[in-house]
Formats: sequence, structure tokens, C-alpha cells
Amino acid sequence: MLSYVSKRLLSSLVLLALVTTLTFAMVFGGADNVAQNILGDNATDQQIADLETKLGIDRPLYEQYGTWVAKAVRGDLGMSWTMGESVSKILSGRLPVTLSMVVLAIVIIGVVSALLGIAAAVRGGWADRVIQLISVVGFSLPNFWLGLILVVVFALNLRWLPATGYTDFTTSPTGWLASLALPVGALVLSGIASASQQVRGAMIDALRQDYVRTLRAGGIKPSSVLFRHALRNAMPAALTVLSLQFIGLLGGAAIIERVFAIPGLGSITVQAALSGDIPILMGVVVTMIILVVIVNIAIDLTNAWVNPKVRL
Amino acid sequence: MSAATPAPAPAASSRESIALSVLTNPLGLIAAILLVLVIATAVFAPLIAPFAPGDLQIFKINAPPGDGYLLGGDGSGRDIFSRLVYGARNTLIGALIALSVAAAIGVTAGLFAGYFGGRREVVMSWIADGLMALPALIVLLAFYQSLGSSIQVSMVIFGIMLSPGFYRLTRNLVNGVKHELYVDAARVSGLSDMRIIARHILLVIRAPVIIQTSIVAGISIVIQAGLEFLGLGDPSVPTWGGMLQDAFANMFVVPTAILWPGLAISITVASFVLLANAIRDRLQQGNRTAPASKMPKVVAKPVGAAPTDNDLLLDIRELVVGYPGKTGWTEVVKGVSLQLRKGEVLGLVGESGSGKTQTAFSVLGLLSTGGRILSGSIWFDGRDIANLPEDEMQKLRGKRIAYVPQEPMSNLDPAFRIGFQLTEPMMTVLGISRSEAKARALKLLAKVGMPDPMRTYKAYPHQISGGMAQRVLIARAISCSPDLLIADEPTTALDVTVQAEVLELLRDLQAEMGMSVILVTHNFGVVADICHRVSVMKDGKVVETADVRTLFADPQHDYTKMLLGAVLDDVTPRTYRPRMLKEVSA
Repeated sequence: MLSYVSKRLLSSLVLLALVTTLTFAMVFGGADNVAQNILGDNATDQQIADLETKLGIDRPLYEQYGTWVAKAVRGDLGMSWTMGESVSKILSGRLPVTLSMVVLAIVIIGVVSALLGIAAAVRGGWADRVIQLISVVGFSLPNFWLGLILVVVFALNLRWLPATGYTDFTTSPTGWLASLALPVGALVLSGIASASQQVRGAMIDALRQDYVRTLRAGGIKPSSVLFRHALRNAMPAALTVLSLQFIGLLGGAAIIERVFAIPGLGSITVQAALSGDIPILMGVVVTMIILVVIVNIAIDLTNAWVNPKVRL
Repeated sequence: MSAATPAPAPAASSRESIALSVLTNPLGLIAAILLVLVIATAVFAPLIAPFAPGDLQIFKINAPPGDGYLLGGDGSGRDIFSRLVYGARNTLIGALIALSVAAAIGVTAGLFAGYFGGRREVVMSWIADGLMALPALIVLLAFYQSLGSSIQVSMVIFGIMLSPGFYRLTRNLVNGVKHELYVDAARVSGLSDMRIIARHILLVIRAPVIIQTSIVAGISIVIQAGLEFLGLGDPSVPTWGGMLQDAFANMFVVPTAILWPGLAISITVASFVLLANAIRDRLQQGNRTAPASKMPKVVAKPVGAAPTDNDLLLDIRELVVGYPGKTGWTEVVKGVSLQLRKGEVLGLVGESGSGKTQTAFSVLGLLSTGGRILSGSIWFDGRDIANLPEDEMQKLRGKRIAYVPQEPMSNLDPAFRIGFQLTEPMMTVLGISRSEAKARALKLLAKVGMPDPMRTYKAYPHQISGGMAQRVLIARAISCSPDLLIADEPTTALDVTVQAEVLELLRDLQAEMGMSVILVTHNFGVVADICHRVSVMKDGKVVETADVRTLFADPQHDYTKMLLGAVLDDVTPRTYRPRMLKEVSA
């Protein structure tokens, strides 16, 4: 298992290096008029040249990259070009906001999909039809449009929930929940659409296995056959789907945070993309990849624990 | 040998027939019509739209519908309807770009990885995994400064990020078919790899790739709209996402304006999904039967009264078992009658498909999904259990009727240790404590011939051999001292030497515990070895039942003679019992 984790970490490091290099080349290669963007149209050539020197983007690309990597491995992601603060500080302030939203969404997706998927696999009938309907609707409604509709209905018309903004959990747990209710509601539908179908499929597969019949033949209670034996064998497939959902949610959060004016990683990414704040963008890419790697390793370890055949 | 013409790929229906049958599916037809409408709108946008997408009328800013503006005006006083029409064009172009890039890269890479395998596959799969680990929208945002505001360039990048979906699908499909006989035949007959891929493999992957295409088209439209909604598109180009951005900015003035572009996106994407579903349904139709819930309800009526003979443990009378077919019930057991005395071993012999296993499963009340007892009775110890409710049946299983399956490895739950799988039934059925169950389990493991019971107890199923697994299953079956043991080909999946040992074990256990056994088999050697009586089954009916010696000496039915002839041609019936094997197993 130790060798598995180290292998996985090594592979992730290679991925991280490749993606950051590529991003760096793409992003900084296109940074010709960053100084112009930052200073505005009235800037003189001298001002632009000064700023480029200050930001270091007048140097050759490989030199800039070397500097960035040398700092990044020590945890220093540089200074934001537009916000006057260090990238690490900005991102660490925003990461918990996005994470709390995404984790809440994942938990809801997991629970609802498990219940729906199991019901559909075991009973068929109404649960099956609900899943089929959700799979089409959830896939077809863009989450940000759903978010807008939720705002119009629940915030503008019914006035039940705030339309925008974010309340920290430590400030007020109920306020936190209220501020996240609509964004998370908008995020989970498409996740439930795909995850519930996967759970259903995995459960149907598990229930078709020979040992399920043999367990029943041995007088084992139906609840144990279902929840202890079949569910445990269906778990790896379901968990893998959740890890893909997590990646999708990180992207989805970017748009949803914009709709609900939530100060998370997603909204700062959009802001940085529009203003050309490259250090922030690089920082976001690094943070996201590390998050995904952690989640994937955690899911693999859980799978190995659930399924003794998987040798790590 | 003449030049072999490889047989065409099975189940490859022509494109026309797929298209036709998808259109006969109501949802598929609606989806296809909607898509044609959207595409026609995109193509003929200048003819349909009453205004150019950029026409401003300053007094129509956020105007309500009417007065020339069918759906009202947007935040800049432009006609919402006209912009929707032109938006269809730009949306479809963007989706087409992402789709083409994703499919071209993914399918090509998948074909090569699947067909040639090896190191290339490892590298390509690693890249695919890496791409899938990236949140696409974040990458597109990060690249925005260098890509510029052309959404089409972004869609090329997005296409690359979507290609792993196509890659995995294609690779798995190719892996599935590349060792099919017809592909081997093509290779042997000298077709080049390229020809094989073009002629045989593309045929197989075509339909699944079309389904994936439809779904990816939907994803592309949604992501593209998202990018435009965030303001990353060209503001001078009318798009659905850009319109949503405008409506969002004016949401507090005209909340209804967010409806139209969103509806346009959702309806288009839903059409793609429904179309994909219709194709998938069509492809799966081949092996689909009528759902059991639509079949007429049947309640088997008891045949005759309870048997009076106390020595008779099981009395099956005129049992009929059916499964839902395309046109009503398909009967797999057609009026079987069997009798089993206490302490008797009955062999149930026949070819595969003769209904012997279905008969056995009826006794356990464990027919596969959809299967029913259509008529007949199963008298077990004075009670007709053919119509017993599931919870009553569950009380009989394990405690009074036990089961030993054919394939040992697939009949143990891979996720649990042997120990748990042995103690769980005892704790459930007998209601004993965990520690007592453990003590009994260890004794049972020793009894069925495990050299190191504790080690087996702690092992997972994949850590023991097939023969050991079968012993474990036998131990579990007898753990609650059943009156009737149903063994379904208990030795078929085992090595020949192990077969003899397991039969020996079954015989010893039967003699020791005095239980009745139904042994389902197609092997007359097994019958001769252990059974007292034999019933021979053919096409769902019992054609002959006789004492084992009588049957071997004087078979009555032609079918029995044929079966015996097939076995006995080169084998002499066993007249001795290999005693020495018992010492090994004990």
C-alpha cells in the first residue's frame, strides 16, 4: 500500500509538472499585452515597459518558468498582479468557501444518488422512472441557468433565501446553509443525474452475481444481502463516479459562484482570467490539481479497503 | 484451402435500419424533429430572423414582447427572438468543433490503443487519465488570455479535454472484439490491420460512438454557454450563453428574459440526450423481453392433497416454470414430477437447457428475475411451498433446504472473509452468538477437510483454490443441518482429482447426517458414484426415473440410452470406490 501511494504520488507529480508547464507556456506565451490591460489604454510606453520589468515578463519564458517553479516548490506562488496580495493568501482565503460548497454538494449527490439508485435497482417502477427523468432533465439544464431560475423563484419572488453572497460557517451555521442552499441546489441536479444511474447500474450488476443467489439460498436476510453484500460490492463503481463528479463540480463552481456572487476559487478564477492575472491562474491550476489528486487517492484507498481483491 | 471470406460482424445492423427504428420510437422521433428544427434555424437564420442580431432600437431596451419584437428586447434594445435564431448557429458551430476534435482524437487513439495494445496503450491511457483529472472549465478559464475571446478556439481545447471519453469507449470496445473469431479469421486470411480496423472493428464501435457523440454534443453546448455566460465570448457574436449573461445583468428588471436562451439550450441538449437514449434502446432491444410486471398474474394451484407418506420429504407434482418471453410465457419446466425420500440421494440428469437447474431453483424459491411457477405443487415435509410468500420461504432456506452451487469462486462474496461468510448464516438462521458460530465454523472447516481451518477462516475468497472454495460452500450449506441439500453440478467447475474428493465428501456427509440430496448433474459418472435414484430430464420433462442400478443396466427411454451411450463408450462404470482418497481429504 505504501508503494501504491508513493507510485500514485509520483504519477501525480508528473501530471502536475506537465500541466503547470503547459499552462505556463500557454498563459505566459499569451501575456503580450498584460501590462497594457492592467494599466489601461492611457498608459505610456515607458509605464508599460516599467511594469513588464517589474512583473518579470520581459524576460525569456524559460527563465520566468524557472523562477516560478523554484518559488512554487517552496509554497510561494508569487504576488497577484492586480490585487496587490500574495497568491497563496488570496487562494487560502477562498479555498474553504469553494470546498464547503463542493463538499456539501458531493454529500448530497452521494446520498440522493445512493437512495435513488438502490431503489431503482431493487424495485424498478417509480424509482426507475424518476431516475430516467432526472437523467435527461439534469443533463439538459445548464447548472447556471438552473441557478438563475432558483434565484428568480426563491430569492426574488418568494424571498425565502438570499440571492447572493456567502456567510461563513463560523459566523452563522444557519446563515451558511441559507447562503449555500441555492448554489448547491443548482450544482447537484446534474451530478445526481449521472451518479444515480451509475449506482443503479452497479447495484444491478452486484445483485446479478452468483453469490447473491447463494447468500439468499443460505437464509441470509434480504436487508443484509442488499446493504451488506451487494452494496459493498457496488461501492467501487459508485465511488469512482463521485471522484469524477468532484472534478466536474470544481469547474461548475466557477460559474455558480459568479451567479451567486460567492467569493470562492471559481469567481476569482473568472476574475483573473478576464483581467489577465496570471499568477492567480497558475495558483488556481496548481490548487485544483492537488485537490483532485488527494480526492482520487482517497477514493482508491477506500476502494481497496472495500474490495480486498484490489492490491495496492 | 480457398481464400476464406471472414464472416461479417454479428449484430451489425445497417445504418438505415437503426435510423428507421429510432424514428419509430416516439421520444426518438420528437428529439429528431427538434434537432432538425434547431439545425434548420441555424442554417436559415437570416431568412427566419426578422432583425439582424446587432440591430439596436434604443427605446426597446428591456422592452416587453410585442410591437415587432416577438420575445421583447434585451438590455441593449436588440430583438431577443432574432438573437436566439442567430445564437443557434453559433452554438451548433461551437459544439460541432468540440465534437469533431474530441471524436477524431479519441476514436483514433482508442482504435490504436485497443488494437495494438502494449506500451502505446499504457502511455495513451495515462494521458487520458490525466486529462480527465482536470476540471475543464478551469483550464479554459486559465487559457482565456492566450486563446482570446474566440469561443471557437476554446472549443478546440475543450474538444481535446473531452477526447478521453471517446478514447476509453473505443479502446474498451476494440479490446472486446479484437479476439472474436471473425477478426481472427480476417487476420489469418491475410487482411492488413488497416483493412480489419476499417471493415470489422469500425462496424462494431459505430453505434456506441454515435451515442457518445450525441452526449458530447450536449456537454459541449452547455460548457460553451457557460463560457459565454461568464463573459469569455466575443460580445459582438450573438450566442445563447451571451444572451443569458445579458439577461442576468438585467435580471432584476426583466426576470423572464433568462427563460428563452436557457430553454433553447435545454431543449437542444435534451434532444441530443433523448436521441442517444433512443439509439441505445434500439441496440439493446435484441435481448429484451416483456417486463414481468406486464405479464398476466398467475397463481399455481396445488395439485392433489398433501402426501400422507411420512417418509416422503419432497413431492414435486406437475411443476411448470415459465419466463416472460416476447410473446407470453416461455416454459422451461413443463410438468415435472419428482419424489424424494428422507435420506435419499436423487440424481437429476440432463443436458444443459433440459430444465434440471430451474427445477432445483423452484424448490429453493430462487428462480431468476421474471421466472414464475406457473402451475404444479412442491410438497416439502407436508407443506406446499410452490406459492409460499418470500418471507416464509426465507425461513426454510438455509435451515431446512440448503444449496451448493456449481461455480465455487463466483459464489463466495469477494468482499468478505470466509469466516464471516460461514458465521453469518449460522447467526441468522440458528440465532447463535458470534463466538459460538466461530467455534462451529472452525469445526466445520476441519470436517470438510481444510488442513488449516483458522487460516481458511481468515482468508478472503480470492486467496483460496476452487476446490477449497467448494468445500467452504459445502460447509456453509450443511452448517444449519438441513433436511434437503440441493447441489447444482457441485463438481463440474473443479479439476478431475478434486472432483472425486468433493464427491467423496458429499457422500460421507450425506451418510453421516442422513439428509436428502438432489444432485443436479450432466455426468453419469457422478450419478453412479453417489446417487440412489436417477431422474433423466429432457426439454423440461422427466423422461425416465429409476433406481440407479436399474437405469444403468436397463435404460428404457431412447434419450437415456443415448446419454449413457455417449458416456459409456470409452469408460467402464466404476465398481470400486477410491477409499484412499478419503484418507487424503480427512
